[in-house]
Amino acid sequence: MADIRKEPPPGMVEKRGGALWLTHALMIAGVLVIFFPIWLAFVASTHTQPEIAQAPMPVLPGSHLIENYKRALFSGVNVPVATMLLNSLVMALGIALGKIAISLLSAFAIVYFRFPGRKFFFWMIFLTLMLPVEVRIVPTYQVVAGFGLLNSYSGLILPLIASATATFLFRQFFLTVPDELAEAARVDGARPMRFFVDILLPMSRTNIAALFVILFIYGWNQYLWPLLITTKPEMNTIVMGLKQMFPSGDDIADWPVIMATSILAMIPPVIVVISMQKLFIRGLVDSEK
Amino acid sequence: MDKRVTFKGWLLPLLLIAPQVLISVVFFFYPAGEAVWQSLFIPDPFGLSMQYVGLGNFEFLFNDPYYRASFVTTAVFSTLVTLVSMVPALFLAVLADRLVKGAGTYRTLLIWPYAVAPAVAGVLWLFMFNTRIGVVAFYLNQLGYDWNHVLNQNEAMGLVVVASSWGRISYNFLFYFAALQAVPKSVIEAAAIDGARFWRRFFTIVLPLLSPTTFFLLVVNIVYAFFETFGVIHTITSGGPQQATTILVYKVYADGFVGQDLGSSAAQSVVLLVVVGLLTVLQFKFVEKRVHY
Repeated sequence: MADIRKEPPPGMVEKRGGALWLTHALMIAGVLVIFFPIWLAFVASTHTQPEIAQAPMPVLPGSHLIENYKRALFSGVNVPVATMLLNSLVMALGIALGKIAISLLSAFAIVYFRFPGRKFFFWMIFLTLMLPVEVRIVPTYQVVAGFGLLNSYSGLILPLIASATATFLFRQFFLTVPDELAEAARVDGARPMRFFVDILLPMSRTNIAALFVILFIYGWNQYLWPLLITTKPEMNTIVMGLKQMFPSGDDIADWPVIMATSILAMIPPVIVVISMQKLFIRGLVDSEK
Repeated sequence: MDKRVTFKGWLLPLLLIAPQVLISVVFFFYPAGEAVWQSLFIPDPFGLSMQYVGLGNFEFLFNDPYYRASFVTTAVFSTLVTLVSMVPALFLAVLADRLVKGAGTYRTLLIWPYAVAPAVAGVLWLFMFNTRIGVVAFYLNQLGYDWNHVLNQNEAMGLVVVASSWGRISYNFLFYFAALQAVPKSVIEAAAIDGARFWRRFFTIVLPLLSPTTFFLLVVNIVYAFFETFGVIHTITSGGPQQATTILVYKVYADGFVGQDLGSSAAQSVVLLVVVGLLTVLQFKFVEKRVHY
């Protein structure tokens, strides 16, 4: 019986010679096609406007990289890109950390306590899954405007912070934590918050990190919400500010600076994804379950 | 699903859950309720008073040829995005799965576009297909094809579909790759010994085994196409030409903020609420199925 269950050695099925090279060749072709738009943006960010405007534009990098990026970062079109980068960073961190914080707290309450209205609140949080910001934009905008939060970090962050997904994730995880730990904490006379801080939080480290990667990218890549509530250029985030850099009407767009900005806009999330690849994939699978 | 060991007290848990509940009420339930309420009224031209019209806004909405066209546009758009993002992803995942060495490197490279925001992806694709300076548009012209997505409705749709699908290929690739790695090698080997060639094995054994993943990705990608592609459309076409790329979410924005037609925009929000509700139910029905797999 043992023989039947044993896996055959890898490579037994068509992984020889020609087929292997063909697979690699197709894979490389696929990667090149997928990468082409990013490569072209990078190339454009290293040339001058006339070099790009003269079709067809070059496909190899030029010599104006530093000059273009300096111009983008420190003068930009409407506002220096450095300012927009800072706004995006604040927004992405605020959304990621805020979602994690309120979700940890509410999941702790739902799993470790019996209190009046527990089921009701649970379903209430569950229902927010069905209300993406795109669906309720006008009234949400009116609420935020009513609080005087237009053009503010709070206005950018707060409406996007409630997350049913994160709450469920932590709830699932807390349910798998052995009861003995809470029991022991209770016998030792530890208060609930002590247990939460000293035992539950350290145990959730990996889940928190995986979720952080996903939520950071979610926050960084927001477009519609910042578009609505930041009317002042100095509050623009980089992802929405990019579109604002295009001139209205027939003026020629400043392509080198726009392309440098789009490269700058993708660097932080790309770094997060690549450097935390394992956590990212875990977070992706967890948050879709 | 409940813990046996719990802590005593009711004030502390209420305080703990308060921030999330407060934010949900203020920014989710109140605005959603407001949308339902506003959908029953028409504001007068000066915005001073509201007139109750019952389901008038909905009646008007579904008699509006532009709104009905937007439904069709959304259906076409999301079907195409789902196809264009899933088929290449599956193909690349099958290739990567056949490699013993190097699969990790390819995966790292293929993840990149996922991190690129839809709005930024829109700008990148706009740059390549720009009618004046775009490289791809230039070579298409050289080949005798006169590319102009600013005027041609089908070309505009094609461009927003490709730009929306691009980053999604990474996402689908990751899920398919993981699913393929989980397919038991012994099943494949057995089929190989029986003489089934690669493509035959793929269609008769591997693809059926992947069906839970495929179904999951179908739902997730439809949700993505419906609600998360606003950035692509706003940067590339702004819904044009002649509303050819105005999907439902774009129309809520265009009518509510640009057109200032609050009653109609609220009614559209309510219609979208129903759509999200249906999609969420579908998603959960499926999640239950997936557990059995």
